[in-house]
Amino acid sequence: MDLEAPKIKSAEEFFYIQRNYQKQYRDNNRFIVICGDTGCTARNSKAILGNLDRCLKEKDLSETVGTRFTGCLGLCESGPLVIVYPEEILYHRVIPDDMLEIVEETVLEGRIIDRLIYRDPSSGEKYAYARDLPFYKKQVRNLLGGNWKTDPTKIEDYIALGGYEALVKAVTEMSPGEVVQEVKEARLRGRGGAGFDAGLKWEECFKASGRKFIICNADEGDPGAFMDRSLLEGNPHAVLEGLIIGAYATGAREGVVYIRSEYPTAVEKIKTAINRAEELGLVGDDILGSGFGVQIYLSIGAGAFVCGETSALIASVDGRIGEPVQKPPRLVQHGYLDRPTVVNNVETLANVPHIIKQGAENYRATGTEASSGTKIFSLVGKVNNTGLVEVPLGMTLREIIFEIGGGIKEGKAFKAVQTGGPSGGCLPASYLDLPTDFESLTEVGSLMGSGGMIVMDEDTCMVDLAGYFLKFLADESCGCCFTCREGINRLLELVQNISCGRGSLDQLDLLKELAEVVKDSTLCGLGQTAPNPVLSTIKYFEDEYRAHILQNKCPAGVCRALITFEIIESYCNGCGLCKKNCPSDAITGEQKQTHYIDKDQCDKCGICFSTCRNEAILKQ
Amino acid sequence: MINLTMDGLKISVEPGATLLDVARFYGANIPTLCYDEALSPYGACRLCLVEIGEPGKSRLVSSCTYPAREKLNVRTNTVRVMQTRKMIIELYLATCPSSKTIQDLASKYGVTGVRFSPKNEECILCGLCVRMCEEQMQAKAIGFVDRGVNRRISTAFDRKSEQCRLCGACMYICPVCQARCQGPSEESTLCNACLNLSPPCLENNDHTLCYMDPCAACELKKKTNQ
Repeated sequence: MDLEAPKIKSAEEFFYIQRNYQKQYRDNNRFIVICGDTGCTARNSKAILGNLDRCLKEKDLSETVGTRFTGCLGLCESGPLVIVYPEEILYHRVIPDDMLEIVEETVLEGRIIDRLIYRDPSSGEKYAYARDLPFYKKQVRNLLGGNWKTDPTKIEDYIALGGYEALVKAVTEMSPGEVVQEVKEARLRGRGGAGFDAGLKWEECFKASGRKFIICNADEGDPGAFMDRSLLEGNPHAVLEGLIIGAYATGAREGVVYIRSEYPTAVEKIKTAINRAEELGLVGDDILGSGFGVQIYLSIGAGAFVCGETSALIASVDGRIGEPVQKPPRLVQHGYLDRPTVVNNVETLANVPHIIKQGAENYRATGTEASSGTKIFSLVGKVNNTGLVEVPLGMTLREIIFEIGGGIKEGKAFKAVQTGGPSGGCLPASYLDLPTDFESLTEVGSLMGSGGMIVMDEDTCMVDLAGYFLKFLADESCGCCFTCREGINRLLELVQNISCGRGSLDQLDLLKELAEVVKDSTLCGLGQTAPNPVLSTIKYFEDEYRAHILQNKCPAGVCRALITFEIIESYCNGCGLCKKNCPSDAITGEQKQTHYIDKDQCDKCGICFSTCRNEAILKQ
Repeated sequence: MINLTMDGLKISVEPGATLLDVARFYGANIPTLCYDEALSPYGACRLCLVEIGEPGKSRLVSSCTYPAREKLNVRTNTVRVMQTRKMIIELYLATCPSSKTIQDLASKYGVTGVRFSPKNEECILCGLCVRMCEEQMQAKAIGFVDRGVNRRISTAFDRKSEQCRLCGACMYICPVCQARCQGPSEESTLCNACLNLSPPCLENNDHTLCYMDPCAACELKKKTNQ
C-alpha cells in the first residue's frame, strides 16, 4: 500500500479506491487466517504465524498465499484456530508444527486434514467448514463477522469488505438530523449496560449548541468478559466508523476513545486504525470534501472498573480521580469540560454503520420489539464452547447455553447462569427459557450489563460465588460513598461468615436488609447494582444459605471450612498417590494398605480427591 | 424561579439551590456528616438522602448534591428514608464508635443496637478536610489515596507536605476526631446516653413533616392515651 496516498476528497474517489481494494482482495483470495486474540495467542498462535510464514517461503508460496493475523474468531475453547480460505476450512487446536502439513495438504493438494477438524463434544460429529459448525450456525454475526476476514491493522481489508460505506452515505447523502433520526428509529440501545436509547442521547446532544464531544467508552472491566476488547482488536475500524458517524450526527468535532491500559493490543490496534483513517482523510478536517471534520484522540485509563461509569470516565479523561458525580446535570448538557458530551459503548458504536448502511427498518428486523439488533455475549464458565457469541436480542438463555454453548462440561447438571458481569444476578434453571433482552433480565433481578455470561454447574457454591463478586466490587468501588465502600465490605463480611459456618439466620436477615440499603442509597450504578449477586442468590438459592447456616454444610462441597475429606476403606487399594501429593502431609498409611486422613492436619485443598483413581476419597 | 413540592409543601426556589439548601431553609431536619456550607457538596456520607419522584417510582438521592428541579416531588421524611438512614447510622457506629457526632445521631434517630462487628476506625472518609484544605485554605496538602476499602487520606506520596501550613483547619472541620464520645461499650459500639425516646410521627403518617424535637402532636397524643 502506498503510504503517501492522497486524501479521499469525494464519494466518487472513495468508491474508486474501494473498487481497487476489492480487486486486490478478490485476486488474493487464497489466504490463511490465524486467530490472534488473547486466548489463541496464549496458546502460541504467534508461533503458528511464524511457522506458517517459514513454510510458505520454503514452498515458494509467499506471493500467492496471504496470511492474516486476525481478532477473535469466537470459539476460544478450541483455540488456536486456523481458517483456510477460500474454502473456509476450520482447523482447531493447531500447534505450530501442524502448519507444514496444512500448507502441503490443504493449500497445495486441497485435502482436508481429518485430525485437525472440529468435532462436536456432545454429538461427536465432525465439521470441516466453519460455516457448518453448530456454534456459528445459530449466531447472527453482524459485528463479529468482520473479524474473520479482516486484518485489523489493514484499512484496505475493511474498505474492501464494505467498510466506511456507511460513513460516506451519512456524510454525503444525509443531514446530521437524518442520521440521528435513523438511529432513533432503529431503537439502538446502549450496549454498555444501562440500555439507554442511543438515538435519544444523540438527539439531545445534536440540539445543544457550541463545542461538543463524543466519547467511546472502552473501559471494559468485568471479570470474564471481553466483548469490547475483541471488537477493538479484531475490527477497530468498525468502532472508529461508528464514532465518526456519531460525531457527524451529534455535531461533535472532537472524539475521544477512552481505553484502559490493561488492553495494550487494543490500544495499539485502535491507534493504528486512527492513523490509517487519518492518512486516507476519513478522520481530520473536511472529510470527503463535505466540510465536516472530526479529530479523534486516545485517552488511556489506569484500569479502574468504576471508570466505566460515564461521569467517572469523564473525570478520568479530564485527569481527575475517577469518581462518579451526581446526575443531573446530565452529561449531554454538562459533560467533558462542562460541554455537551455523548458517551457510547464500543459495541453501540460498532452497530451504527450497520444501521446507516441497511436502514433502520432492516436493522429492526433482528431482535425484539423493544431491544433491536444483536448482542455479543462472552459465554464463559462450565460450558463446552466458551467464547464470544453474537445473537439477536431476545434469544433464550437455553438456546445460547445449550445450542451454541454446547451444554455443560463433562455432562454435569446446569445450576445457574450469571448475566451482566459482577453486578448481575444469578438465574436458576427455571429461567432458562427467559429471553435475553434488557427488560426481561432486569425484571428477574439480573442485568443485561455489557454482556458477560458465566455458566455454573452443580459444583458451584452460590454463597462462595456471591463472596467472590463482592470481593471484586469491594476492591473496585471508588470509595466515595460510605454505603458503597463500607456497605459492600460488610456484605462481604457477612457472606464470608456464612461460608465459614459462623453465620446465623439473623445474619441472613441483616444481609438482605443491608443489601437493600446499599442498593437504594448509593450514588452510581456500581453501588446500586453491587448487591445484585447477593440478592439474587438469596432469592433463588436460599436453601444453600440455610444449609450453610443450619446444618454447617456446603451442598456443593466448595466452602473449605465446611467440608471434610475421608477415605473409604473398602475402595482404597493403598496405591499411595494421595499420600505422595498431599501438601500438608495429612495422609498416613503403608504401601498396599488402607490410608487415613488426619482431619486436624488436612488443609482441605482437595488434591487427594482429584488424584485418587479409585474414587476412594469421600468429600462431605 | 423553580417550583417544586417538598413534603407536600408547594415552594419556589432560586435556580442553583440544592435540595438540602431548600429543605434546611424550610426547616426540615436532615442530618449530614460530609456537608459544610462553605465547601462544595460531595455526597459521600449518604445521610442526607431524600426520596424524589412520585410514590411507586421514587428513588433516594443525596439532597446535598441534587439540584432543585421543576415539578420535583421531594419527601424528606418517609419510612424508606428513615429506615435507610438508620441502617447507615448503624454502619457508621460499627465503623467509628468513638465519634460523639455519630453517637448523637444514633441517639437522635433511635438506633438502639449495632449488629455489625466493631471496627474502631479513626476516619469516615467524608472528605471535609480534603475540601477544606483545597477550597478554603488553598493549600491542597492532603487528598484521597487509593480506592475502595483501601481508600485513605494522606499527603502526597505519604511524605511531610510542603504545602501544609499546619493551620489545623482539617482538624477543626472533622466530624470524627474533635468531639470524642467516651461512652460506647466495646462489644456493642453503642453509647445511647443521650437517647431521645420521644418517637417521631412516622408510625402514624408516612408523609408528615416533623421537625419538632420532641414533636408536640405526638406528645399530646401520648398524653391523651394515658
